[in-house]
Amino acid sequence: MAVAVRDLDLDLDAFEGPFDLLLTLLLKDVIQPAEIDMTGIVVAFVERLAERDELDLDACGEFLVLIAALLELKARHLFPDEAAELADLEPEEAAEELARRLAEYRRMKQASAWLRDRLDAERDRYFRLGPAPLAPEPERRLAQQEPLRLVEALRALAVEPPRVSVAHMALRFPPVSQFLERFRAVLHRRRRFDFDAEVAGLSRVEQAVAFLALLELRKTGEIEIAQGAPFAAIRVSRSAPPRHDERILQWTARSA
Amino acid sequence: MDRPLRLIVPRPVDMLARTVEALLVIASQPLSLEELAEAADDEIERIEIAIGLLRERYSEGRSGIVLEQVAGGFAFRASREAATACARLFERPVERGLSQAALETVAIVAYLGPVSRPEIARIRGVAADSAVASLVERGLIAEAGREHGPGGAVRYRVTSLFERVFGLESLAALPRLDDIGADQEAIRERLLEVAEARAS
Repeated sequence: MAVAVRDLDLDLDAFEGPFDLLLTLLLKDVIQPAEIDMTGIVVAFVERLAERDELDLDACGEFLVLIAALLELKARHLFPDEAAELADLEPEEAAEELARRLAEYRRMKQASAWLRDRLDAERDRYFRLGPAPLAPEPERRLAQQEPLRLVEALRALAVEPPRVSVAHMALRFPPVSQFLERFRAVLHRRRRFDFDAEVAGLSRVEQAVAFLALLELRKTGEIEIAQGAPFAAIRVSRSAPPRHDERILQWTARSA
Repeated sequence: MDRPLRLIVPRPVDMLARTVEALLVIASQPLSLEELAEAADDEIERIEIAIGLLRERYSEGRSGIVLEQVAGGFAFRASREAATACARLFERPVERGLSQAALETVAIVAYLGPVSRPEIARIRGVAADSAVASLVERGLIAEAGREHGPGGAVRYRVTSLFERVFGLESLAALPRLDDIGADQEAIRERLLEVAEARAS
């Protein structure tokens, strides 16, 4: 039976489950490649191979491709900048740099092995553990103080600070009624006008209030508003008086 | 014969030793000579003599309590012959389940500290987040400032508990790592051979 690489069961520090699920989680960024011990994956695969009598070359090839891609992904995550630095180096310089790093890691492996041995040797040392005791509070001795100087200092602190002016932050809104009257007066003189031309030269706040007045007039049916296209000029015209039959209809509706 | 008049009579050393003994009993961490001298209000040289007396009295084979020099100071611990009984009463949770990753990480911090997590990850080739968090939780390493520059990574150093758990007088007691110049040369040669084989 062929060795199914994707069904390979893994039992790593950061992940436990089938290999294909690990790949999915890595590609979806649920697990960071840096957290995965690649050696553990290789060992699991080799153990699976060893359980069979014959070598499954297809599975080996597939595994090599996948593990190589994972290793590259992990290296890019771990050394995003250093990879670029190494790429700039000559092959001999890169080998030198890699050898230096591998040697540094080997030294730390040696150190950790020494610590492990030390821990085993010191396993029969028992001592009391506890939080550091509180040191007694040192007595603070103050120099002779003059009460009058203290009063002066307190008086200086008690002076109310100057009030900060926030007048420049206030928004001044002109009343809507001002524009209602203005537009009614304009419509009294002429049948229609151009809103943009009428409010030209006013501030943004005034223009906004003028627009509210326009909406108010539209609501009461005093005007009609037309705009040829979005952002085109707004044409305001006086509403035509309702015809006789419309008046009857309105009256009937109100009565009902 | 007239004897010179002595205005100040120093405490006998054995009395000072009893004071030092009491200080070490109430301390939950090793006390340095300076700390003992300050607390006992005496001279360091005399504290050293008192410590000598106590070390003789509290030594393996003579007492269930042993005075040891550890983590830059002096502290009492149980004698090794009582370890089995101690183990039935207490466990040593600090080193329980200390993984290989944690050991490598604490080795890096001990030898190169203060050192940041990215630097540990660069040396080990894997992320060090969980190992560092585990060591901080156990109290074996602690934060020791940040790297220079804005947003610099937190740096870590080993604590006195680390020295105590591993039975080190100080970090200077860590062994000097072997000179690995020859190893580095061998690794470099091997890398170049692989590169040449791929190129051909």
